[in-house]
Amino acid sequence: MTTSRRNDRRIIRDIAHARAGDKGNTSNISVWAYEPADYQVLKRSLTPERLKRAFPQLFRGAVERHELDHLQGLNFVLHDALEGGVNRSLNLDSHGKSFSYLILGLEIEEAAGQ
Amino acid sequence: MAQSSRAFRIGTGAGFSSDRLQPALDLVNKGKLDAIVLECLGERTVAFGHRDRMANPAKGYNAYLERRFRHLLPACRETGTRLITNMGAANPRAAAHATLKLARELGLGGLKIACIEGDDVSAVVPRHQAFMDEPGTIGDVEMPLVGMNAYIGTEAILPALQAEADIVIGGRLADPSMFLAPLMHHFGWSAQDTMRMGAGTLVGHLMECGMQITGGYYADPGVKDVQGLADCGFPIAEVEDDGSAVITKLADAGGCVTVGTVKEQLLYEVHDPRRYLTPDVVADFSRVRVDNVGPNRVRVSNAGGQSRPDTLKVTVGFDGGFQGEAGVSYAGPGAQSRGRLAADIVEARIRKVHRLQADLRLDLIGSSSLFATAGQRCEESQDVRLHVALRSPEREAAEIMLWEVESLLCCGPAGGGGYRGTITPCVMTKSVLIPRESVKPKLEVLVA
Repeated sequence: MTTSRRNDRRIIRDIAHARAGDKGNTSNISVWAYEPADYQVLKRSLTPERLKRAFPQLFRGAVERHELDHLQGLNFVLHDALEGGVNRSLNLDSHGKSFSYLILGLEIEEAAGQ
Repeated sequence: MAQSSRAFRIGTGAGFSSDRLQPALDLVNKGKLDAIVLECLGERTVAFGHRDRMANPAKGYNAYLERRFRHLLPACRETGTRLITNMGAANPRAAAHATLKLARELGLGGLKIACIEGDDVSAVVPRHQAFMDEPGTIGDVEMPLVGMNAYIGTEAILPALQAEADIVIGGRLADPSMFLAPLMHHFGWSAQDTMRMGAGTLVGHLMECGMQITGGYYADPGVKDVQGLADCGFPIAEVEDDGSAVITKLADAGGCVTVGTVKEQLLYEVHDPRRYLTPDVVADFSRVRVDNVGPNRVRVSNAGGQSRPDTLKVTVGFDGGFQGEAGVSYAGPGAQSRGRLAADIVEARIRKVHRLQADLRLDLIGSSSLFATAGQRCEESQDVRLHVALRSPEREAAEIMLWEVESLLCCGPAGGGGYRGTITPCVMTKSVLIPRESVKPKLEVLVA
């Protein structure tokens, strides 16, 4: 599913879907490429460093990435990412359920030369 | 113990505490199920239940239990479907007795109701117990304790199935265990068979959130479309003796079961896919196969497992004080500037005039709220809502905040409208680990 974006930059939502879950102050967001052919681009675009760089005030702790290559899926575990978690956060979305779309809104990093 | 090699049909009748009733009834009436599971507890729900029980000793179980059972008990008896649930929450005994009374009222003589207790470990856990994934001990927390419940698994549920109970009610039964136990009972699986413990745990994990695998929480119009969401059906798992299963739904229900819906649920609330811990097993989902085998039929296979942990996780609940939330809306040209000015006024009043130190958050819905901390902001909206949230051990602090937001309608920027304010009591939960030997599940069977 490819949709053109302003400045012709594609976003992760164009090639993948995602779902967020929470446990305490830790969020997990799984991201799945629709097409196997897009999985390498997804892996290149979404690294733990990229997520921390993109949202430093929110993703305050370590970020792990687990890979399920045979299913074209990535699982991000984001520690200290929910402003204290459901018991402490005053965010309307204290579970961070909407954060799947923070990731999906990121621009795809195409390979050099594309 | 019943043993069979034919496929076992299990359904979900609730994926959270306030889930819909009619699709559960449809599943029992039309799904030809051997068993149905109603999963109704979240991280904080048992703590809310303890609080309710402190106010009224006859309460503390799921508020919708009687309403659900009034319809489901006759249907389950008619179709021979066993029902398993954690709707007992903080008071399984009261839940079982309420069910008994209802069963008699409905003329369901002979209905066997199993009540599983023992997950309440408040008498067992010492105050100096350290928390699982943060510093500090139970004794360090200044808030009043409301209760402590261990996640218990198939070991606690199997005796109820062996006693041929029709309805099994517990408190903090681990979600996947409620699905694994009837599979073990039907197929005669051993608790030492870690591969099948992992496979059954996968089935439970996929099924425990109800519609989250049948197209619920999935639709993104134009990108991922789902038909019939207003009529979405609950899931059915057809499980084989080798541990593989087909996830499906009723043909005439809305929603969909696809490789995509299954994948999203596969890793929901999972961290390292190789190690998903439950009271029964350390499950390995990292090599699970997900294959479409027909319209709305997806087969899952190849889950594994290792020996179960020596410890059980306990949720410790505390009284968390009060949360106040209040808002006022602004629309038209300059709406954002007026909304931001209103936020500044409220913050100044709370901090400088009332000198409250409580946790305070001010968002502008329509401009920056859910993603505010992430730094995302939309500058174009002409329809915004100032949303203020405050948490404090003192109810009075929340009341002051509501008062200040309401007074914006006289003392704040031009054109504001739509004030609303609410105050909700809060709970705080933390986790500890205890040796599994310190938890002793207890079974009682009541007969209508």
